[in-house]
Formats: sequence, C-alpha cells, structure tokens
Amino acid sequence: MSAKRIFIKGNEAIAQGALDAGCRCYFGYPITPQNDIPEMLSSAMPAAGGEFVQAESEVASANMLLGAAACGVRAMTTSSSPGVSLMQEAISYMAGSELPGVIVNMNRGGPGLGDIGSSQGDYYQSVKGGGHGDYRTLVLAPASCQECYDLTFEAFDLAFKYRNPVLLLGDAIVGQMKEPVTPRPALPLDPEAGADWKLTGRGERAPRILKSLFLDDGALAGQNLHLQQKYRSMQAEVRYEAFETADAELIVVAFGSIGRIAKSTVRSLRAQGFKVGLFRPITLFPFPEAELRALAGQGKRFLTIEHNLGQMVDDVRLAVRGLTDSDFFGFLPGNMPTPEDFDAPIRAAVKGA
Amino acid sequence: MQEQLVFKRPDVLADVPTHYCPGCQHGVVHRIVAECLEEFGVVEKTIAVSAIGCSVFLYNYILVDTVEAPHGRAPAVATGVKRARKDAFVFAYQGDGDLASIGLAEIMHAANRGERISVIFVNNTVYGMTGGQMAPTTMIGQKTTTCPGGRCLEREGGPMHMAEIIATLGGVAYCARTAVNTMKNMAQTKRAIRRAFATQINDEGFGFVEILATCPTNWKLSSVASNERIGKEMIPEFPLGVFKDAAKEDES
Amino acid sequence: MSLYQDVIIAGFGGQGVMLIGNLLAYAGMEHGLNVTYIPVYGPEMRGGTANCTVVVSDDAIGSPIIRSPKSLIIMNRPSLDKFQPQLIDGGVLVVNSSLVDPALADASRVRLVPVAANEIADSLGNTRMANMVALGAYVEATGVLPLSAVEDSLGHVIAKHYSHLIPKNAEALRAGAAAVGKA
Repeated sequence: MSAKRIFIKGNEAIAQGALDAGCRCYFGYPITPQNDIPEMLSSAMPAAGGEFVQAESEVASANMLLGAAACGVRAMTTSSSPGVSLMQEAISYMAGSELPGVIVNMNRGGPGLGDIGSSQGDYYQSVKGGGHGDYRTLVLAPASCQECYDLTFEAFDLAFKYRNPVLLLGDAIVGQMKEPVTPRPALPLDPEAGADWKLTGRGERAPRILKSLFLDDGALAGQNLHLQQKYRSMQAEVRYEAFETADAELIVVAFGSIGRIAKSTVRSLRAQGFKVGLFRPITLFPFPEAELRALAGQGKRFLTIEHNLGQMVDDVRLAVRGLTDSDFFGFLPGNMPTPEDFDAPIRAAVKGA
Repeated sequence: MQEQLVFKRPDVLADVPTHYCPGCQHGVVHRIVAECLEEFGVVEKTIAVSAIGCSVFLYNYILVDTVEAPHGRAPAVATGVKRARKDAFVFAYQGDGDLASIGLAEIMHAANRGERISVIFVNNTVYGMTGGQMAPTTMIGQKTTTCPGGRCLEREGGPMHMAEIIATLGGVAYCARTAVNTMKNMAQTKRAIRRAFATQINDEGFGFVEILATCPTNWKLSSVASNERIGKEMIPEFPLGVFKDAAKEDES
Repeated sequence: MSLYQDVIIAGFGGQGVMLIGNLLAYAGMEHGLNVTYIPVYGPEMRGGTANCTVVVSDDAIGSPIIRSPKSLIIMNRPSLDKFQPQLIDGGVLVVNSSLVDPALADASRVRLVPVAANEIADSLGNTRMANMVALGAYVEATGVLPLSAVEDSLGHVIAKHYSHLIPKNAEALRAGAAAVGKA
C-alpha cells in the first residue's frame, strides 16, 4: 500500500477531496444528511487559506459559488435534495455563463421534505438539467468513500476542462458510512486555468463579461449550439464499473450505493450458479450508453435497480432501444436497502428469459 | 479662439448611446459610478456584478470585468467574487425589484456579514424592464400595471425603505440615500458613492447607497415632470440622508 | 479461503456501541483489510437502541448494510429481541450477560458467547468499559482479527483527552477475550 489510508465518512471524504484538489471557496447551508461537510470545512477551509461562508440559504450559497467560479477559483457548495432544488437557478445561470463549479447533492428522500434517509429520487433532476433551459451538468455518482474522495477531487478538473458545473450525486448511505480512503497528494494548481476567461479585474486588457443573456438575433441559438457540442464532447468522460458481465445472461444496472449493495446480491447469486453481472454507471451524465448498447448487442438482458420509482431505467432503455429492454425494480426511499431485498427481483428477472 | 475641454467623459464609460429611455437617470448614476472608479484608481481591479432589470446591460457602458447575477442574487454573487478575489474592487448595481423584493435575503445578509463590497441601489419605484409593474418601493396611490387603481396600503403594504433597513445591520459601514434630480443632489450622490467605495477600499465594511431615480416611461410622465416628481413626491416619502457612517461614529 | 465477516453491534445509546464499531473497523483497516462501518441514524435510532454495522473482508466490500449478519454483539435486551431473529444459522451471538439473560438466546440455532461485560468492566474499575469487554470477547470468539490489532487501534478512536484511559481499555479488551468459554 503506497499512501496511508485514513478512515473517514463519505461526507468527510468529499470535504477532504475538495481541499486536496485545491478548492479554496466553500459556501453552504445546513441540511441533513450532509452537515459533516460544512462542519469540517468551517475550520479546515480557513486553515488551508480558503474561504468558508455559511450562506443565508441554498439560493445564496449557489450564487456565491457562481461569483467565485467567475473569478476562476476552485469553489464548491454542498447540500441535500431540498437544498439542491433551491440551487437550480444558479446552476442554470452557471451552465449558461459557462462557469466551473462543484455542487454536491447527498440525496435524501422526497418529494417535499421527504425524510433524511437515503434515496436516488434526484436522478432526473441531476442528469436532465434540473433548472430551466437546455443544459446539462456532468454528474458523478460515488459508491464508496474512496470514490467520494476521488470523484470530488476530479470534479474540479472536469469543471474547468469543460467550463461547466459538475454535480456529485451521492446519498445518505455513502455520506454516513466510513471506509478507508487513500488520499492523493495535493497537486499545485495550474495558474493558467481559466486564463482566457476568468475575471481578475480588467487590468490592461479588454473587459470581460460573463453572462447568460443573449438578446441579439440568433445569438442564443449560437450559444445553445455551442453548449450542445460541448455536452456531446463530454462523452469522453464516461466511467462505469462492470462486474462479472462477460458471461452474464442478466446484467443488473444500478448506480451509487445501490450499485454496491446489488453487487453483494450478484456475488451471492453467482456463488449459487446464476449467470448474473453488475453494470454500475459512475458518470450519470454522460451516461455510458455505448457500453450498455454493446452488452445488449451481445444478447444480454437487463434489470435496472434504483432507490426510487424508476428514473435511470429510462436511460438504460434508451441505450438498448431496438435491441432489448430493461426490467425494473424500485426499492422505495424510506427504507434502508440490503442485498436480500434485491435477491428475489434478480431471480425473477433471470427466470423471465 | 482655442477650444478648451472643461467636461470630459470618464474613460471607463463607453462612448456609445445607451438603451435607456429619454429622461431615465440610470445614465447619470452610471457616470457618477464611473467617475468614482477612476478617481479611486480602481478601474483595473474592479469586478462589477450586474443585476436583472434595465441595468443588466451595465457592462455595455461601464467597461470593467463584469459577471451577470440571477435576479436579486447580486449581493450573493458579489460575496463569492470578493471571497475569491480579496484584492478586487467589487460593486453590485441593482434596481428596486431586484434588491428589495426577490433579493431581500441576499442584500440583508451580505450587509449583515459586512461583506467588503459596495451596492448601488437605484430606486425608481417600479419594475422597469418588465413593463412597469408594482415594486416593493412603489408609493401608496401610485398606479402601475399590476396595481392599476394605485398601490393600496391595506392590500399591498407600504413602500419599503431600504436605506433605513440596511442601516440597522451590523456589518454596514456606510449607508445613505441620495437623488440625482438636482445638481446639488448629484454632487451629494457622488460624495455618498465615494464614501461607500472608500469603506470597501479601507476594509471598513459594507457600503450601500440608495439613489432615487426616474422612470418616465413607466411613470407615464415627461422627463421634466418625472424629475419634478422626485422632489415633490419621492423625497418626502424616502428622505435623503446618511443613515449610517461607521467612520464618523468612531470619531464622535 | 477469503476472509469475510460482518457484525451488527447494538445496545442502548451511551453504551459505546458506535465506538467499538469504529474501533473494530479501524483495526481491520490497519490490519490491511477492507472495512465498512455504517451507523444507523435518524428515525431508526428511536426506540432505545443504537446500532452500527461493520464489515471486514480481504475482498472489495459490496453492501455496508447487512440484514442477515454473520455475527452480533448485543449489549441490551431490546437489541437481542430486534436482531437475534436476523442472525444467520450458526452465527456468533456475543451477549452482554450482565444485562441480558443468556437463556433468551436461541443457543440451538446460533453460537452463543455470553460475557458478563458490565461485571468484568466493574472489576477493572469502570462499568463504561463494558463495550470493550464485549468487543474483546467478540474478537476472540470469531478470530476476525488478532486482538493486538484492536488494542493498537485504541489510540485512533478514543478522543485525545481520554487517552490516559487507553491502557485500561486494552485491559478490558483482553479481559473480554479471556472470558470466552468460561461463562
């Protein structure tokens, strides 16, 4: 083992990953189940020479993120479902103004106040834009504390690479659990990052304007085309975990915490001779369409399992359209899922052949 | 006879016609802001935050780095900018619908935290860009497209007095209300904006200047009559003055 | 044969079940294994029991949440009632016999390890170390880790201002281990 492992919660891994990635502005508002993040950063961020602001609302924290991002500084806000709803305005403006920032949603039960337990009910909101207008955010879905750390760390690079908001979609399970995490060495930041667009005060150059308002004839159409091309180019970032898919007849598709819980079920069924595998998208946008389609082309069948009433299953079906379909099992928020909960649905899907 | 230049456009102010209506006073306020930026020598390190409303095009006229904020969120965006770039000079420019209605939480909390930013608040008692709807500062009896019979105290509440409200908050170093209807008031406005900018430059706290201004189009008055309304109707409702000046309080 | 062990640790709030869960998981990590620790929180915490789940494995761990555990550390009666039915057949059931009558355990179905955790902790000078006694018994009964690995990790999970209590806690771990099979 190279670096020393630390034993931390997923929430803390996100905070640590942000610090190690050079995030120096954090804005947040308290909401369960992610309070470990602002609590940790309230002291760790100033200690690292950065800024911590407890905002008056998630509306404000997301707009503070917008302001810091406009300066080309690595900045983050974190929240959970109801708070992330309030952030959608700023996220849309950031997408329209092409500003890089990291937004973390530790998904809890909904709709409305829901509960403080785990849920994947915000999949649609996360991957289909979430706010108004025709935009996308990169969406990363960690299933372990190490991934909470790594994906947060990498989220900043992605945000700057594409000049786009990046959303980390975790949940209450991965946020509250503890695992060993191997931190990475903090890298020196590229001083040239954002050099051609960030606001610094105009100095001797022409003034820069970061905006999402395009009123001239055709200007907005041009901007939307440009954004669409950018979103398509994000396909290069597709990430997923494929477990025992090579000879599988049925592939379980699940993301985040549900992906790892389903992995236990898949292992157990494998041991009993069932030819099942697991496909876990790590990027939810871009969605690993081509990879799923290739598996469908090999004649495999699919069962999508989610901690909601069926959202990602739409994207699975779109990926395999014309070749096959996906069954669906929804484990309802309000309850904590265990591997046993997925046993019967997977067996049923295997039999459905 | 040799020509003598006695009145010059500040370099930071763009030499272009504005989109503002005849008789609108945004242009006057823009000019005063531009003069103050130059006089403090902060043009090169200024980051402006433009808000939603007629003044969203601030960046077409004041030639500094600018980020556009969502409606009402300019003080939060400016907070993010200033926290990210402490060496920058940061000001937000907001109208009354933006600041006193949808953005009430953001302005109150940025002021209360004492963010080292300056907010220029142009109060013309009406939503201008959207076509003259009732604003939180609309005066009792004033007719707008959404209170066509005139604002009614019992139904809509009274106009909000932002300068007085902001002055009560702990982080505020300077807070004043001025107007630009007379030469004297323009000079006073410039003094107030200079003082508000100075509080940021001297790291004293939050600076706020409310400026009473015309909206002839939505008031359905001539430019002259609009200007007269400032003195006759608005100033009696929104008294001019300095509501907080931490530096002076320290002296006394 | 790969190593895999999971355990639900349950008791009253204040009995230190979260602490020994953390300690076991931390020791597993320091021993070079993969571990997960997850506490219950929120609505599930109501009703007098606090509990956490720890998984230790030399392979990548799937679910951190376990419905049918291979082992239990039960510190009070409500926890026995709640979790014993979920324990797998032949699973290890460490019971704090100071507070739970071992006769309530289904000894024909599971492997009962009674340990008088409170009395043993009392005899060492502090009832509050009953959690350590129970964990010592658990580690001895399952062999999931060497006891020394757990002792060595005490300094990482006990708050700094209690660090003077580490030797006593190590003693409690050893006393629990020594009590296995003697009850």
